[in-house]
Amino acid sequence: MGSRWIWRALAVPGLVWLAVFFVVAFYAIISVGLGNVTTLYEPVPHWNPLDWNVGYLWAALKAVVPGGDTWDTFLRTLIYVFVAVVLSLAIGYPVAWYAARHAGRWRGLILVLLVLPFWISYLMRMFAWTNLLAENGYATRALSALSIDTLFQHLGLLDGSDWLGGQHIAVILALVYGYVPYLILPLFAALDRIDQRYIEAARDLGASPAGAFWRVVVPLSKTGTLAGIVLIALPMFGDYYTPDLISGSPKTAILGNAINGYVQGGPNKSLGAALTILLSAFLLVFMLYYLRVVRADQRAAAGVA
Amino acid sequence: MSTATSVPAATTRERVSFRDRLSNPWGRPRFLALTTWLYILWSLVPVLLAVRFAFNSGRSRTSLQGWSLRWFWQDPTLSVFHDPTLQAALKHSLVLAALVMVIATPLGTALALGMRRWTGPSAGAANIVLLLPLVTPELVFAVGMFLLFTTAFGFIGLGTTAQAIGQVTFTLSWVVLIVRGRLATIGREVEEAAADLGAPPLHVVGRVLVPLLLPAMAASLLVSFALSIDDFVVSQYLASGADTTTVPMRIYSQARGGPTPALNALATIMLVVSLLAVVLAYVIYRALTRGEDQGSAVKQLAMDVG
Repeated sequence: MGSRWIWRALAVPGLVWLAVFFVVAFYAIISVGLGNVTTLYEPVPHWNPLDWNVGYLWAALKAVVPGGDTWDTFLRTLIYVFVAVVLSLAIGYPVAWYAARHAGRWRGLILVLLVLPFWISYLMRMFAWTNLLAENGYATRALSALSIDTLFQHLGLLDGSDWLGGQHIAVILALVYGYVPYLILPLFAALDRIDQRYIEAARDLGASPAGAFWRVVVPLSKTGTLAGIVLIALPMFGDYYTPDLISGSPKTAILGNAINGYVQGGPNKSLGAALTILLSAFLLVFMLYYLRVVRADQRAAAGVA
Repeated sequence: MSTATSVPAATTRERVSFRDRLSNPWGRPRFLALTTWLYILWSLVPVLLAVRFAFNSGRSRTSLQGWSLRWFWQDPTLSVFHDPTLQAALKHSLVLAALVMVIATPLGTALALGMRRWTGPSAGAANIVLLLPLVTPELVFAVGMFLLFTTAFGFIGLGTTAQAIGQVTFTLSWVVLIVRGRLATIGREVEEAAADLGAPPLHVVGRVLVPLLLPAMAASLLVSFALSIDDFVVSQYLASGADTTTVPMRIYSQARGGPTPALNALATIMLVVSLLAVVLAYVIYRALTRGEDQGSAVKQLAMDVG
């Protein structure tokens, strides 16, 4: 036990690194969001909590409630993320289920193909769609040949014929395309863990296939599914590049675009920092839930080992 | 357990209704198979087409126009090899990734080793700080870093150093996860045996654990390299100008501005480099751990991510 210090010494550099560049960086957002500005609107952070000035936070709060400047953007963000998560589940669940349960001899290949998008730059994957959805791109032509564009226009889902010109549907589908691989992996892990004998037992006891699915598979994979949803919803809330690349119009701007605009573009970095604080507070619940699931998982794994 | 309850005998096969087929859990799930393969096509074909356009002989990025290497190096002004902005982005991405991998791997390996023997509430807190970067939206993290380097850490400022620091910070958690996975398969017995035989703690680390961790460290090097190359938000927020532009940043700024297939060529090069790093990580890991009881490495990754 006298050798304990050596283990701690090994952990120190990494922990100091995380403390300085992760924890302090987050504190910098708070200090700027609750700080002040110079006459040139350059932010002056207030590092001492006693000096905090709630003016910008108050302004940001007023902007994201109904009637505020950012309310429309905030509402749009919630709708986009909700629809994109629902669509991702509709695609991801069957795929993960098939890969975990029925893939047979194709299992290895399918797993590699499912993991592959994970290692392709997100920007590259979005860029690929800007090629395909351009005016004479293959996807635009295919959608037009199948009359899907006219159908969408009738349904009010497509405004005009330019898929890359401020279409809600295009941005939502791009979000699904971008993040669904990150949902499939945890779903796969959760479904793969379910003992086939539970399903067989349910069937032997008279459950219909649908009954066995809803009353055995869904409850057993609930934690993994929720963790997967959190895992894709969190980065969607911080996304600004997907709307930028797939639309570029203020009509499809989400919260990430607002924050990016304030912090990188405009002179109002303090308001951007205050909005980031609000976003983080809103997302903290989800992050803590996810961490709890992961830790419970790690403990269970340690118990088994 | 018999499957007779729902699988009809082969002789009565013709009479199986569509409904029975759909509801038979031991039958072949054709619908699921179709969904899965369609999904895989949908997820990969757009990228493959973007790669194909890089080899176009004409200027179009939306139609096939014969094969050529024009956009890689033949074109005297617009190709990746001759356009200084594209070339600079390629070079900067590679330099940054190299920096990130050599810093993050030793730092993360030591952290994983150190946290293994560490229990109690302080270890719990350290664990949370370690996992937080994995779930923090990159934008929040990047805004924090940006504000930090433009105020309190103004002496570092924005630029390559800040970009490397930022990327190491979120890569670190990945390295720890990889090394931890390996440590879990090694088990405590080996180091306990070494300690029982009189090896001082430093020797246990240096002569027993580090050699056993080599596969995980090699994998960490390459995975952090790939993570750095694919990163966009942190690089963009911590960039200081044209000479700190990375490939994803170049894609972001040019994608909607009527680029030539040279941009596809640039993206293709990075795609190949990044996939090569990951495949190499996998191959090296497998080769170095050959003969050991192996779970599927892909499955392990799925577990780690989940």
